[in-house]
Amino acid sequence: MNVGDAFAILISTIFVYNFVLSRFLGLCPYMGVSKDTSSAIGMGMAVIFVMTLASAVTWPVYRFLLAPSTANVWYRIFGGEPGSYDLTRVLRTISFILVIASLVQFVELFIRKVSPGLYRALGIYIALITTNCAVLGVAVLNIDMFFKNAEPVPGSYLKAILQGFGAGIGFTLAMVLMSAIRERLELADVPEPLKGMPIALIVAGLMSMAFLGFAGLI
Amino acid sequence: MSRPLSQEFTKGFSKTNPVFVLLLGLCPTLAVTTTVSNAVGMAVAATFVLVGSNVIISLARDIIPPKVRIPCFIVVIATFVTIVELVMQAYAPPLYKSLGIFVPLIVVNCIILGRAEAFASKNSVGASTLDGLGMGVGFAWALLLLATVREVLGNGTFLGYQLVPGFRPALIMILPPGAFLSLGLMLGWINWRRMRRERRHAGRRTILDIRTRTGVGRAALRTDDGEIGR
Repeated sequence: MNVGDAFAILISTIFVYNFVLSRFLGLCPYMGVSKDTSSAIGMGMAVIFVMTLASAVTWPVYRFLLAPSTANVWYRIFGGEPGSYDLTRVLRTISFILVIASLVQFVELFIRKVSPGLYRALGIYIALITTNCAVLGVAVLNIDMFFKNAEPVPGSYLKAILQGFGAGIGFTLAMVLMSAIRERLELADVPEPLKGMPIALIVAGLMSMAFLGFAGLI
Repeated sequence: MSRPLSQEFTKGFSKTNPVFVLLLGLCPTLAVTTTVSNAVGMAVAATFVLVGSNVIISLARDIIPPKVRIPCFIVVIATFVTIVELVMQAYAPPLYKSLGIFVPLIVVNCIILGRAEAFASKNSVGASTLDGLGMGVGFAWALLLLATVREVLGNGTFLGYQLVPGFRPALIMILPPGAFLSLGLMLGWINWRRMRRERRHAGRRTILDIRTRTGVGRAALRTDDGEIGR
């Protein structure tokens, strides 16, 4: 993977295919935690961290435990045909969600032990991330995009991690922009029935329209 | 539970509609409503998972240790999602392709985990089944409404059939911004209707209040009922 590839992945995940505004992933925290900027930043940081880690962890799970290739651990142990160890269809969803859920728990414990200050800032957001579909989404997208016929494309692992990181950055960007707008909306004279969620969705629509401008960049 | 069972079924339609009232499951709601057929597919899949996981979790609610209940729920839900994935791949490959990543993502649909946690883990199998079905129907009509608006305005078709020849569709409606805008406006419309209803009820109460307080004839109150209640 050269620098150009890396740049292309970052630009595409942050702007062109922004996880929130164009792929519709992670909308629950996007709508729920974007009421003020400081919690939006906290949530964003937690998501960047967990998404990068989740990409780094689910890739080997797929490559060595699920995918029917010569690198498959079960094939190495039991022999036979690599094609007969295709667990992707049956176990992909379950194993990914379990790996992510335990990863989130582990990260929470680790941060609590190592840095109580950081835990106080990010703790509650980390617990919320298990049910954030963006994390499972990036794991599934990574294997959809960076594997061809169960074999990794060149630089696949780095690309997957970079996509996880970029997706987190894109999520944070959308979230912080949204929270800044919503803080100002508190003071605006919005028609009564549109107050709260409806106007937030309309704002998200306008933001997503603005992000459409990045289409064709890659 | 003293509430009648039928209420467990119907409450998901409007009073606690998962999309319009509880605002859960926004990701699939916005993502798959580009066409009506996608919306139907997603609604059926999600309802199946919802009912299946509700039944299993309600059956196992006494065995599941409270401390690890969320991972247990997730495993049950993921099992049903895998069933849906396999069935869809076998019998409706085009639908599986167009729903794409959102089929495995039913696992993290907050409606399903929410019902497991809030209802199925505390109620009997019968009530949980009805609750799952009702929530599924509520989710389905929300998806259908949104998908109809978006497909008709954004593509000029309904279930793939051209509606008005020569109609030039607004492409923006099937692009991501259209999803946000239409759901936002729909919620605004629902709020507006609710507020109007509340205002009318409030108005009716004050008229009755004033009449009873000032002692204007009780007979008049009764004959005027229709007029007041309008």
